[in-house]
Amino acid sequence: MAWFKRTKKGIQTATEDKKDVPKGLWYKSPTGKIVDAEELARNFYVSPEDGYHVRIGSKEYFEILFDDNKFKELDANLTSKDPLKFEDKKKYPDRIQEAQKKTGLKDAIRVGVGKSKGKDLVVACMDFSFVGGSMGSVVGEKIARAAKYSLDNRIPLMIISKSGGARMQEAVLSLMQLAKTSVMIAQLAEEKIPYISLCTDPTTGGTTASYAMLGDINISEPGALIGFAGPRVVKDTTGKDLPDDFQTAEFLKEHGFLDFITHRRDLKDKVNLYLDLIQNHQVRA
Amino acid sequence: MEYLEFEKPIQALQEEFNKACKIGTDNDVDVSETCQQIEKKLKEKKKEIYKNLTAWQRVQLSRHPNRPYTLDYIQALCGDTFLELHGDRTVADDKAMVGGLGKIGEQSFMVIGQQKGTNTKTRQYRNFGMANPEGYRKALRLMKSAEKFNLPVVTFIDTPGAYPGLEAEERGQGEAIARNILEMTRLQVPVIVVVIGEGASGGALGIGVGDKVMMLENSWYSVISPENCSSILWRSWDHKEQAAEALKLTAKDAKRLKVIDSIIKEPLGGAHADRVEMVKTLKKIILESYAELKELSPKDLVKSRMDKYLAMGTYKD
Repeated sequence: MAWFKRTKKGIQTATEDKKDVPKGLWYKSPTGKIVDAEELARNFYVSPEDGYHVRIGSKEYFEILFDDNKFKELDANLTSKDPLKFEDKKKYPDRIQEAQKKTGLKDAIRVGVGKSKGKDLVVACMDFSFVGGSMGSVVGEKIARAAKYSLDNRIPLMIISKSGGARMQEAVLSLMQLAKTSVMIAQLAEEKIPYISLCTDPTTGGTTASYAMLGDINISEPGALIGFAGPRVVKDTTGKDLPDDFQTAEFLKEHGFLDFITHRRDLKDKVNLYLDLIQNHQVRA
Repeated sequence: MEYLEFEKPIQALQEEFNKACKIGTDNDVDVSETCQQIEKKLKEKKKEIYKNLTAWQRVQLSRHPNRPYTLDYIQALCGDTFLELHGDRTVADDKAMVGGLGKIGEQSFMVIGQQKGTNTKTRQYRNFGMANPEGYRKALRLMKSAEKFNLPVVTFIDTPGAYPGLEAEERGQGEAIARNILEMTRLQVPVIVVVIGEGASGGALGIGVGDKVMMLENSWYSVISPENCSSILWRSWDHKEQAAEALKLTAKDAKRLKVIDSIIKEPLGGAHADRVEMVKTLKKIILESYAELKELSPKDLVKSRMDKYLAMGTYKD
């Protein structure tokens, strides 16, 4: 005989009435480690206990790479059109507007020019929070213009990929961004201007099949997902069990596609060390 | 310190010397004279032994367990500026072939070489310095990158051969080495090659075509290892010493046959006996070679490299 009797069965509290910590104060990593949000920011958005590299966007990467977070943004106002009058559950323009409102971004990439360890660098950084970092005409054009800026001013280019792939709502026009961006990467190569590709979690689909894999060096962060077809598609198609580390940065490095994997703390130093070495400049302290 | 069979007299003297010194410090007896005498004897013995090494003894020295390997040299030459780069962009990252960018003096170099391990675990990890096709393709990728950015290339050869494996054949071991040799003959930047240990066959030449090809005094370079030569020609491994002599695989022989440009002197007792000194010599020679080569235009550089290889071989007309 129980001492207490529950008269109503199950949990009755409605989700919205639950007591919860306000969003943004704490971060919980996939292994269950809890980190204070400020501490996380101080630690380059890497969970100090388990080294988990939290997904971050252009704002954070610019902060990490540019001296004193000073940079000039290029083509900040480029936005999408709706060339195909695309409609799935939502109309494409509505989807874009919603994403813009939610994220405060104009599209899935931002380009900054500034000093990194005292020398000029062009950084094009994708934002996964904007429609899954999908690549449409805006992303393609902004990358092309970033590369053009690099060419005209002879400044090294770094592209930080973080993308689910091509944007379905722009269909074949998205697909052609693979070719368009590659044209500019080829021109950079002709002019021997260094191009660094940083593949971050996740770098998949059309991004991998173009600029993300075409760097003079391709680098990544620990544990990042990188691949062409998603793991679910591969599994369903082949019917095979996939290795645990399938499509992780470590897997990619083992298979010869990454030059190195770096902790985010060392990112700025390593990128600049490479640039000094490959351009035969004096190594900056 | 490990001693080879022919180094035993040195080991005996060294132990005697250590014992004498220990007696001195333990018992407060003046042993300086005895020590000096033994030291002198030790020096003479070393000179005597190392001056008259047979080919086989040099092969043994080239494989000495304490001998510095590629990454030892790279780390000593480039220090913190070395940035290792991985992968062939196709199949794998070969651990038997390492490479990356680093500064030697003020100059950036692309440094590439075969890497051996130092214990059972790392030897397996490095596949005993036997590269797969991926290793050669990684090396070529790095050389092409160096060419693109007009950086000189330094390679360190230390391999018992390219890996003779099933998968290596499937993925085109021969093609990979062939491609490297071809591309290296026409690379538009200076290529400096140093045989630091074992230089066996195509596996060595796959990163070994260069403007300045040099051998450390106690390294060897030939078309096959003495053991394999013995087993093919004598049908047993027992004739390896004879094979080593017959193959003319020492640095001196290679210089005489004009397949290398110069010999780099090692400290008495071999590269491992005084690593600091060895690195100092190597650094000096690499920088001198580069200073000489950088004066040539890419066209002249490639022409003289090609001419050098065209002149190799002997025949009756």
